Amino acid sequence: MGSGNCNDSENKLSTRNKLSLSKKVKEASIHGCFLFNGLLVILILIGIFALLVWASIPAFKEISIKEFLFSFNWNPTSYVKPSYGILSMLVSTLMVTIGAMIFAVPISIGTAAFISDIASSRVREIAKPVVEILASIPSVVIGFIGITLVGPYIAKIFNLPDGLNAINGSILLGVMALPTIISLTEDALKGVPKSYTEASLALGATKWQTIIRVRIPAAASGIIAAVMLGMGRAIGETMTVLMATGCANAMPTSFTDSVRTMTSAIAIELGEVAYGSTHYYALFAVGLALFLITFAVNLTADIIFNRRPKL
Amino acid sequence: MKKMVLGFTLIFAASVLAETTPTTNTTNKPMIQIKGSDTLVNTVQVLAEKYMAKNPGKVISVTGGGSGTGIAALLNGTCSIADSSREIKPKEKEMAKDKVNEIIVGIDGLSVIVNKNNKISSLTIEQLGKIYRGEVTNWKDIGGKDMSISLYGRQPNSGTFDFFREHVVKADYSKEVKEMNGNAQIVESVKNAVSGIGYVGAGYTQNSKEIKVLAIASKTGEKAYKPTFNNVETKLYPISRPLYQYISGNISEDVKNFLAYEVSAEGQKVVTEEGFFPINDKQKESNYALLGITMEKAVTVKVKKGAKAKKS
Repeated sequence: MGSGNCNDSENKLSTRNKLSLSKKVKEASIHGCFLFNGLLVILILIGIFALLVWASIPAFKEISIKEFLFSFNWNPTSYVKPSYGILSMLVSTLMVTIGAMIFAVPISIGTAAFISDIASSRVREIAKPVVEILASIPSVVIGFIGITLVGPYIAKIFNLPDGLNAINGSILLGVMALPTIISLTEDALKGVPKSYTEASLALGATKWQTIIRVRIPAAASGIIAAVMLGMGRAIGETMTVLMATGCANAMPTSFTDSVRTMTSAIAIELGEVAYGSTHYYALFAVGLALFLITFAVNLTADIIFNRRPKL
Repeated sequence: MKKMVLGFTLIFAASVLAETTPTTNTTNKPMIQIKGSDTLVNTVQVLAEKYMAKNPGKVISVTGGGSGTGIAALLNGTCSIADSSREIKPKEKEMAKDKVNEIIVGIDGLSVIVNKNNKISSLTIEQLGKIYRGEVTNWKDIGGKDMSISLYGRQPNSGTFDFFREHVVKADYSKEVKEMNGNAQIVESVKNAVSGIGYVGAGYTQNSKEIKVLAIASKTGEKAYKPTFNNVETKLYPISRPLYQYISGNISEDVKNFLAYEVSAEGQKVVTEEGFFPINDKQKESNYALLGITMEKAVTVKVKKGAKAKKS
């Protein structure tokens, strides 16, 4: 962004040599300011990554990487012998994330198609901000709703003693991912050229056929990117899953099992862990693993988004 | 460039100001930060409110988070009193820069609860251990209906988690235990789950008719006792425990006054009203010794309070 501004201003400078020196200084300082901001974001990202790596390394003096990645047991405060395997937490995290996407993607695409293609402009003006407001609900409130409202229903429907399980987490995370996916999908649909729609309608296709067979496929890469970004949001969510999934340590075998995600393990344990202990460093290692996953997901989203055909 | 420099100076100055302002505020208004045990949080909150009402100008903030979290905060210097439902660990004591002192503010009869529709009404410590180790997974194996047991427990930063593991489970918990956010969430879950079982501080079982507090026997074949005042005081109830507060280094006058209030007869009345049990004379003595209160003074306080109570 900064470099774009700079090129523009430089072009202007070369065409109009009459610019005074003070103006040049001003341009340069603004250029510097933007460059600094742009670099700062990158530096923060690199800084976080470096910190995580640096703080994770001591963990592997005592934990073998094999145990860390492939053991199902995570129990650093064990009565007998501490164990540091992230596999069941990793599976838990992936389960609620995938569950959330199964729940959120159809709803999001439907809503986005409605807002961008079907709704009258007045309805759109109301629906869009409502979707955006959904994003501003604090996660602890959503977790609370999960315990008091969603949980009991799940318990009743599936005949379980309680509703604190992966389904509950998936639904709540799905709701939290909705605004991201809807807004970006709607943008993608807006980007589909009018000529596509007009051609489809002219060939005798109905509105439904046009949306399903022409517009959504044309916007596919944008929609996939939207889903990936929504997924990144769901993976990193902490408070909601901590409250609503029961946090049992056992390896989940179905969606009706309680799950304990990587984020909730960090949130619960970091508060009381002794500074400088293996457990402390192991939590950073979990954080690093989580960072790498979300980074990969967001990077993929970005690559897919930038590869979309320029229409 | 000049503008940039000026800009940065302004930003720097602003951040320095932002950093210093709250510090000056806190030095003007001494605030006591209390953090820790979720079992104690409600009781200490009520104590703090009553104390603040009697002593205008004093500010006390009470938050939960678990005993482990509270003790970690005390060691890091981010709170002045740590509530704890377990004894401080030797490891934690080692890490402390200053000497850590302890007072006992009340006694808890750690209660084991089941759904009111569960026909089981007593268990032995051994049975409880088997249930929470995951060795017994169906209620029918211990004389109940044929349904699998839903285990509810606390998170590892909880003192209750530690205490129960130390005194009942004596091994790692079953992996099937659902780790709840606090006592209240366990009570809530057991209310709704017919097959549920959970352990909570006595203060959390007071107002709920939908749960049943079990009688506990220390050994197979022995009589089981409920966590009542008499059974806890006579130690017939096998899983009662002291509730601690830890203070690090020199105790400031403000903190000392509040602690003295907590262990006074008036404070202990609040503890009882919250569903816990008052401290015994021996514990009272060691509290007073730490706070530098002589027994005579304590007695006068008692008399004064008694007179007040009669008036009202």
